Amino acid sequence: MAALLEHEFVEKKKWISKEEFMDMVAIAESTPGPVAINSATFIGYKTEGVLGALLATVAVSIPSFVIIYLISLVFDRFLSLSYVAYAFRGIQVGVVYLIFSAGIKMARGLKKDIFSRLILAAVFFLMTFFTLTSVSFSSVFYILICGFLAVLLYLIRTACGVSQTLKKNKDGKGGNDL
Amino acid sequence: MIYLQLFFSFLMIGTVSFGGGYGMISLIRETVLSYGWLSEEEFLNFIAVSESTPGPLAVNMATFIGSSQGGILGSFFATIGVVMPSFFIILLIAALLKNFMKYAGVQAFLSGIRPCVVAMILSTAVTMGLGTLFSVRSVDDIGSLLNPGLSSEAVSPDYKGIFIFVFLIVLHVLWKHFRKKTISPILMLLLSAGLGVAVYGVL
Repeated sequence: MAALLEHEFVEKKKWISKEEFMDMVAIAESTPGPVAINSATFIGYKTEGVLGALLATVAVSIPSFVIIYLISLVFDRFLSLSYVAYAFRGIQVGVVYLIFSAGIKMARGLKKDIFSRLILAAVFFLMTFFTLTSVSFSSVFYILICGFLAVLLYLIRTACGVSQTLKKNKDGKGGNDL
Repeated sequence: MIYLQLFFSFLMIGTVSFGGGYGMISLIRETVLSYGWLSEEEFLNFIAVSESTPGPLAVNMATFIGSSQGGILGSFFATIGVVMPSFFIILLIAALLKNFMKYAGVQAFLSGIRPCVVAMILSTAVTMGLGTLFSVRSVDDIGSLLNPGLSSEAVSPDYKGIFIFVFLIVLHVLWKHFRKKTISPILMLLLSAGLGVAVYGVL
């Protein structure tokens, strides 16, 4: 999708620069919410301010809204056809497979440090265990706790780093190599 | 009131759903199951339709679930709810926090969230797989699956579903090996639809 957007907005329409575009991709992928919506808001704002952002965001949501709303009107009737119901039983298995393989692919792309692996394993086991034992613990908490732990770890590391640098400076070796 | 419930549920989902597409599936699943809006099967059907139509998965899901619970107004409120956080967060960053991605704190926060979201996706896939393929929805079900004689409640594996699942894995692996690329999600879904008709309808 990024290639499509770049062609349209950087090369053809020249609404934003190549550099802004790279920034946008990084921001859109790292902030919550769908990447397409995030990109639309960003490009809209860069081109025409808040109104541009609003219009671009609404515009990118409209096709989804209309298509899915129309499908939702006939979906139950469609499902009541017996062969469609059989097809959807197969599709349900297919969806589980898609989510599973997407998860594995994303896991392979993760940083391979101890912290990432620990979080991956801990959240996976806790969440699976809580779901199977019907303990209600919202996913929101996992996200917030993991983010918080990572920031804490960063602060501790920086604090250690700073004291090390100070020590080195005192010894006359000079810091800045961290 | 259903409209407010839809709006605030999807507002929450839109605010914390890092990792795009599949990243929000565990959040949406939790929400729809806890409110009793959809069954697991209906939820999987909705994902399939949202995945095979254009547009972001989250917006499609919001519209679909909204419509199933509150008609067109329901869709409207759910969709607005899921889009709003994106809008304000990006606006804030684009207008005020020009160097947002360069803050070390932000990078640190994201480095904790990435593995967490992946773990959530994998866990959701595993629990959904246990539910649909083995009708295992709690720890007790695992016991009765392993010792069928001991329990009065029937926990029966769906062998046809398991067959489809294994078929998809084998196909995916072979395809990757020989064609050097992955099969598109839509093709996978079409294939599982065909297998579903063949396995549940014909056999």
